[in-house]
Amino acid sequence: MLRKSFQKQYFIVDGDKVQPKAKKMEEIPDCCIKCPGCGETFLEEDVKKNLMVCKKCNKHMFITSEQRLEDLFDDGEYQLLFADISTKNPLDFPGYEEKVQAYQKKSGLNEAVSIARGNIDRMGALVGVMDSRFMMGSMGSVVGEKITRAAELAVVERLPLILFTASGGARMQEGIISLMQMAKTSAALGRLESEKLPFFIVLTHPTTGGVTASFAMLGDIILSEPGALIGFAGPRVIEQTIKQKLPEGFQSAEFQLEKGFVDAIVDRAEMKKTLGSLLRMHGGEPNEHIG
Amino acid sequence: MSTLDKEKHIDELEKQIASLAVFSEEQGLDLSREILKLRKKLAALRTQNLKSLEAWDKVTLARLRGRPTTLEYIDYIFDDFIELHGDRGFGDDSSIVGGVAFLNGRAVTVIGQQKGRDTQESIARNFGMTLPEGYRKALRLMKQAEKFNRPVILFVDTPGAFCGIEAEERGQGEAIARNLMEMSRLKTPIISTVLGEGGSGGALGLAVADKVFILENATYSILSPEGFATILWKDAGLAKKAAKVMKITADDLLELGVVDGIIAEPLGGAHKDRESVFKKTADLLKDTLTELSELGTEELLEARYQRFRAFGSFHEDIQHEER
Repeated sequence: MLRKSFQKQYFIVDGDKVQPKAKKMEEIPDCCIKCPGCGETFLEEDVKKNLMVCKKCNKHMFITSEQRLEDLFDDGEYQLLFADISTKNPLDFPGYEEKVQAYQKKSGLNEAVSIARGNIDRMGALVGVMDSRFMMGSMGSVVGEKITRAAELAVVERLPLILFTASGGARMQEGIISLMQMAKTSAALGRLESEKLPFFIVLTHPTTGGVTASFAMLGDIILSEPGALIGFAGPRVIEQTIKQKLPEGFQSAEFQLEKGFVDAIVDRAEMKKTLGSLLRMHGGEPNEHIG
Repeated sequence: MSTLDKEKHIDELEKQIASLAVFSEEQGLDLSREILKLRKKLAALRTQNLKSLEAWDKVTLARLRGRPTTLEYIDYIFDDFIELHGDRGFGDDSSIVGGVAFLNGRAVTVIGQQKGRDTQESIARNFGMTLPEGYRKALRLMKQAEKFNRPVILFVDTPGAFCGIEAEERGQGEAIARNLMEMSRLKTPIISTVLGEGGSGGALGLAVADKVFILENATYSILSPEGFATILWKDAGLAKKAAKVMKITADDLLELGVVDGIIAEPLGGAHKDRESVFKKTADLLKDTLTELSELGTEELLEARYQRFRAFGSFHEDIQHEER
């Protein structure tokens, strides 16, 4: 069991670009954060206490996968699974290994998804959290394998599975092998579904491409954080295709709710409580041990 | 020289030989030695052309207007095809044709992406770019096939799933995702063949199958080489370079295990001798169906699951072998 210390590393999510804070806000003092939604400046400590949500405009800012896991599990305790799976270079794509290593160094993450087991309101659950700091949360072999194993483990241990998505789509450098991860993860989730085990999705900013066209849209219940960009094709690709500007709010969580692809939009502050209630409604029983 | 230039060269040589033959007949001259020489040159050029096809040449061939389309395959291979329309929810997407037919006397469900044979049809078929209702129509027909124990025969030919406002509004991602999941556990044999372009998730939505085949000059990829070059190198002009590194040709895909077999095309591409390609495809489909029909449902589904489960290459403490 691990207790992860909170890492002081924030990113500002602006459109579908994730930029390190330093680049964006040179005039803001180190101890402060400027909300990318309303432009108001806050003490970093206060924003952190508020789960990286703006107190003024409710903008849900970027939050690390480590903090998400810590906030979600009881007492911030959880066990990371499949953490020793790491990236190879299936197509011998020039420079791929170096790129992966650079992202590992920069983000402190091994890959774009972390799978963990722990208790939510004293009910055991498997949770996967994608992190857009790692190559835009793109799905290659490692992401596909970890999610597939999580689904398979959920079947073996009769546990519910919750996935927080954030992804620019398929990992280009792994080419067609990345595409196959869509089929692989969807097949594994098909087995989870056949076993009648609960599978909840929490869409976070941004969720697009091959992740949207596979596991992100297969949840029994699909929740979303407010304001998240959710779509199949990225907005720039669509604009280039149709040669016109997209309307305001296109592909937002609120848009997807209206179109019928999201069950509910849930504020970050309410997420744990909501997931806890859902787990209880799907047969979750409080236990005293973490599995 | 691009494939098309090379082909033009070959065409010109053919014409030259023909006119020389006519000339020799008309004039009563014996030019047989010259003609023979030209014929040999032609044969050599053809072989060289075939052997020198690079990834980008194949991209060009896979996209060629005039390359046989799904409906022509259906017409040749199947009997009594009855087209069935609509997703029962929103509408009918004409980029996908589907229906019931006989294959070798056995009732099957056949579904494929249809590109146009001319400009008018291309527009009507949205250039083979499928909308959510197209994937949902396909899924409806596949579930129907499962219900009536009909095998499913699929043909893939798409630049990609349609990227537009209406596709997003109607849940392109959800439609493809649902197909992937349901196809992975559909209780009837599925065979999918990539005829031309196998563009990304738009292709995969019709390619979760027990056996996946591909035509010799078809491609199957994560994204178009142009899109790939734009994303990674910010320059669509590097598409040729992208085509090379992406491993999108039939041979590459066979090596990666993404496809189970390659259907040979005549010199110059499938459009040069359609019937030979239709026949080869028909034979392969019949043989494969016979083979798959011998498996029990559980065996079939387990093999299909493992076929896709095996994709991926990664390091682990206990070293995993990549597929």
